[in-house]
Amino acid sequence: MVEVDVAIDREDFHLEARFAADAPIVALFGRSGSGKTTLVNAIAGLVRPRRGRIAVAGRVLFDASRQIDLAPEKRRVGYVFQEGLLFPHLSVRANLDYGERLLPAGERFVDRPRVIALLGLDALLARKPNTLSGGEKQRVAIGRALLASPHVLLMDEPLASLDAPRKAEILAYVELLRDELKLPIVYVSHALEEVTRLADHLVVMSEGHVVAAGPAVDVLGRKDLAPHLGRFEAGSVIEARVATHDEAYGLTTLAFDGGQLIVPNVDALPGEPVRARIRARDVSIALERPAGVSVQNILPATVDAIGDEFGAIVDVQLHIGSTVLTARVTRKAVAELRLARGRPVFAMVKAVSIDRRSVGFA
Amino acid sequence: MLSADEWRVVTLSLQVAFWGVAGSLPLGIAVAYVLARFDFPGKTLFDAFVHLPLVLPPVVVGFALLVLFGRNGPIGSLLAPLGIVFAFKWTGAALAAAIMGFPLLVRALRLAFESIDPRLERAARTLGAGPWRVFFTITLPLAIPGLATGALLCFARCLGEFGATITFVSNIPGETQTLPLAIYTYTQVPGADAQALKLSILSVILSLVALAASEWLVRRSRGKSAHG
Repeated sequence: MVEVDVAIDREDFHLEARFAADAPIVALFGRSGSGKTTLVNAIAGLVRPRRGRIAVAGRVLFDASRQIDLAPEKRRVGYVFQEGLLFPHLSVRANLDYGERLLPAGERFVDRPRVIALLGLDALLARKPNTLSGGEKQRVAIGRALLASPHVLLMDEPLASLDAPRKAEILAYVELLRDELKLPIVYVSHALEEVTRLADHLVVMSEGHVVAAGPAVDVLGRKDLAPHLGRFEAGSVIEARVATHDEAYGLTTLAFDGGQLIVPNVDALPGEPVRARIRARDVSIALERPAGVSVQNILPATVDAIGDEFGAIVDVQLHIGSTVLTARVTRKAVAELRLARGRPVFAMVKAVSIDRRSVGFA
Repeated sequence: MLSADEWRVVTLSLQVAFWGVAGSLPLGIAVAYVLARFDFPGKTLFDAFVHLPLVLPPVVVGFALLVLFGRNGPIGSLLAPLGIVFAFKWTGAALAAAIMGFPLLVRALRLAFESIDPRLERAARTLGAGPWRVFFTITLPLAIPGLATGALLCFARCLGEFGATITFVSNIPGETQTLPLAIYTYTQVPGADAQALKLSILSVILSLVALAASEWLVRRSRGKSAHG
């Protein structure tokens, strides 16, 4: 459980944030300058809020009204910085030792051999940070933070300085940590694909304020957040499980509450939970089930709501079973099809519009 | 090769320079760190005060020391009952040397501290280290190259210190007569040019050794801490 309710004044920046999340991974999402890092620094004790309260796992780290302000070294937070920030004068082994040694043996609950094996650090132990690749540095930084047996792991854009293959590698490690160590993680990112893949609870920040907070699936589907969600634009997230693989065509069928979705091959075993993000503009609407089209996914749906935008483009909210899907169509189409709340329609989604980046392991 | 008197000059010079550096180090490290990491009212004035020995004529520094630390001076008279005497003692030569070398030490160390990413220190804090531990396990080790450079400059300045020393503690053979003072003395004696030359060459050798030692320290710590 991570509870934050703070006001922070910096020289030219004012931040007010409040959220409480009891989820394996809480993501703080927003553009650069939105205050995500400042907020994480406040949790770590590196920035002092003007007022408020911060508690992690039932332990109060900061409470202005009770004059509690634990020093960073007393907070037991594992902080993974964007650039790793390994100590350049120490070997990988000494970097890993740093936090672990400062903790009385009785309070260490993270198993060192397991962390070293999990992150593949064995071969790196004798090396100096300046000889490591970006991905290796980040793995060591994660290991260093973990070995201090933290109550929460704070990750501030841990992938920002990495190339795409390294990103995928570290993302997989983060998922492993979540599943293996049962450690709450606060994950800061401005990349929606990372957040979609990892977050259980999502806090969207903009200009020092929380504009939305809640279960990731709900927040990611809210179309009023489109301006904050940025380049991925409006869309919806579908929680699904891998049903079958079609080896011949390289396709995977995902089953979700309300239907099935065919997407390009997903690297997961049948039964594994995944999340697929579908952009609103990749969804089109038909009144009758179309025949002779290339579109792989034609899903019976019901219109829930029609956006009241005045421009050329309108977002139409549909539901398929209990799953919500947003379609972005022209206002002209809404008029021509006489779309209205409660009207049964067919939602069409091209399989190729759901690329590997939009499917994440839940 | 060297007479007993000349040996005395050399060992006294090394003794004065060593204590000059050793004496400035703790305060120099503290002052450099404060100047590198903190902003406070009067910082510019404080910085200027630290640099004063660098820009003042050494004789003025020596005279100030004489006034303050002389037997009847405000500080000298306080320390005398404790058995600490600087006036006309080799300790006074070391004090003069320390003060003259201090700004050089602080400048080099300050640059070194400023070049260390303060986020490394914050990372160490989040790993459970208190501020003092962070300083001694992260900040200071990363500042070793600057420390070596600063200590060398300070040492060289101590070894060569003349004006402040002769003004404060005079030129007493066996007590305060360091290399520069001895060389000066020989140049004032007719026919002693050979001795002056010998001691001058010795000064050059000592300086070169100090330079090599500092280079070695810098290189060693670079090998350990190069940034990638």
